[in-house]
Amino acid sequence: MTEEVDTGRRHFLTVATVATGAVGAAFVAYPFLASWKPSARAKAMGAPVELDIGKLEPGALVKVEWRGKAIYVVHRTPEMLAQLTAAEPRLRDPESAESDQPEFARNQARALKPEYLVVVGVCTHLGCAPLDKFTPGDVTVAADWPGGFFCPCHGSSFDLSGRVFRDVPAPTNLPVPPYRYLSDTRILIGAEAENA
Amino acid sequence: MMGSTSQAAGNGGRLAALTAWIDDRFPMTKMWKEQVSEYYAPKNMNFWYFFGSLALLVLVIQIVTGIFLTMNYKPSAADAFGSVEYIMRDVEWGWLIRYMHSTGASAFFIVVYLHMFRALLYGSYQKPRELLWIFGMLIYLVLMGEAFFGYLLPWGNMSYWGAQVIVSLFGAVPVVGDSLMEWIRGDFFISDITLNRFFALHVIALPLVLIFLVIAHLMALHEVGSNNPDGVEIKKVKGPDGIPLDGIAFHPYYTVKDLIGVGVFLILFSLVVFFAPTMGGYFLEYANFEPANPLQTPPHIAPVWYFTPFYAILRAVPSKSLGAGLMGVAVILFLFLPWLDRGKVKSIRYRGPLFKFFLFSFAIAFVALGWLGLQPVTPLFTNLARLFAVVYFAFFLLMPWYSAIDKTKPVPTRVTYHAH
Repeated sequence: MTEEVDTGRRHFLTVATVATGAVGAAFVAYPFLASWKPSARAKAMGAPVELDIGKLEPGALVKVEWRGKAIYVVHRTPEMLAQLTAAEPRLRDPESAESDQPEFARNQARALKPEYLVVVGVCTHLGCAPLDKFTPGDVTVAADWPGGFFCPCHGSSFDLSGRVFRDVPAPTNLPVPPYRYLSDTRILIGAEAENA
Repeated sequence: MMGSTSQAAGNGGRLAALTAWIDDRFPMTKMWKEQVSEYYAPKNMNFWYFFGSLALLVLVIQIVTGIFLTMNYKPSAADAFGSVEYIMRDVEWGWLIRYMHSTGASAFFIVVYLHMFRALLYGSYQKPRELLWIFGMLIYLVLMGEAFFGYLLPWGNMSYWGAQVIVSLFGAVPVVGDSLMEWIRGDFFISDITLNRFFALHVIALPLVLIFLVIAHLMALHEVGSNNPDGVEIKKVKGPDGIPLDGIAFHPYYTVKDLIGVGVFLILFSLVVFFAPTMGGYFLEYANFEPANPLQTPPHIAPVWYFTPFYAILRAVPSKSLGAGLMGVAVILFLFLPWLDRGKVKSIRYRGPLFKFFLFSFAIAFVALGWLGLQPVTPLFTNLARLFAVVYFAFFLLMPWYSAIDKTKPVPTRVTYHAH
């Protein structure tokens, strides 16, 4: 038995105690942090929604809510579809290479049927709802405006297929949600495959 | 007569005995002396020194009115908007309590911005007040959080879309951005769940942190002592009694001075509360008088005025991640001021022309960005915002250069003071 303090042993015990305590604290912290994740009820609320597009006028837009987001459905006229090619030199991602959409929408029309555009109406910049500015030359946007969507929050703009223009804050095209046709005039938004 | 005199002495004696009884068990008199009656502050503190005590006053207003608002507010997506209308129309004096709280939010930022500008003018962040400054900046960050979380609670359409935009900023974080957004919202969109947790953060979590930081800020202040418009350390010249020659006791001298400030402030505050509670849409935005609508962004979306300088920077950058990043940097840069400033003098009175030029350009840029952040997006305004953003960042990033080479004036050893 010595009067001297074994500092090596004391140091080891201090470090071991602190490390054990830290691991315990991390384990206790996890449930609290994880309680912030979407709850089981929030996850279950994302069911697909059905929409009748039979009465949608050519050139008109209808909004439907899916998972709390606005889904824009636009009945595009032949003139509007013709604009798509003209806008392409000014687009950041005309081929939708870096954007979010089902495989069937990775093309110019970004749609199952070119006359009906279905996009998520949430700006890919900071989540505002872009406005429909379908008239070419709409002076509230720009004199050389080819027609499309304009986000009033931070000035991002998208063409009539929801493809983002260059030199705006939004990084990618408006996402296309999964959807499929139940009949010629009814679409189901939120499910792509038959059995979904 | 004899009787009443001895009774008064007896009262005094009993009071002294009570004080002694407490002091034996709790350092009441000791704390009063150390922090108030024998805390020596420079005798030349001017107008700019009102805003610290005013910030404390607004904090008290916010806490008291906030407690009473929670007694009638319901933090759910279905009831929130209606419960605010109920407070405004049906609760006795509810309108007054709510307008005090909403005006208090803007008043908080007004006094805090003036308080911060005072620190820039007189070099109050310089050694040995770096930690004092950092505590203050942390208070400012928590205050921004409080304002943001509180703004969602009325569940108006601007509340909703403002929260949508700010939460989406976290989507700019590489790789984990989307999961981070879901984690913050607790849902796939701003929902009842989000509102409920923002309520918890606004009424209990952040106020607790805020009060703790305010105490730390005041402790650091009383440890190093107040700076003053001359930027002279009064502790360097002390009398034979050990009291700084240029110092006067905080009580009664500055308690009385601050009370005058409180009086003037409350007059202005009442004018807003009673005659212009919305302040023409700047303190309460008109788009927020309709309930949250997830399908319709307000045609012109802008945060409340105190966030607009940073919002203008965000909008000016044509890239999501860079814009969000620069906006964050614009706020965080203040924290580094004590180390960016290589100047040998503290106060603007003895600084050279370069520092004066950069400081006033910065002040103009801050106000201009604040104005631009309230305006709709146009190419001209975007370019102006870019110009002022450059001026804003130049103030910080060029500071190690211009503050070091500036031609400063000699600093006196005693404060400048004219008796009145």
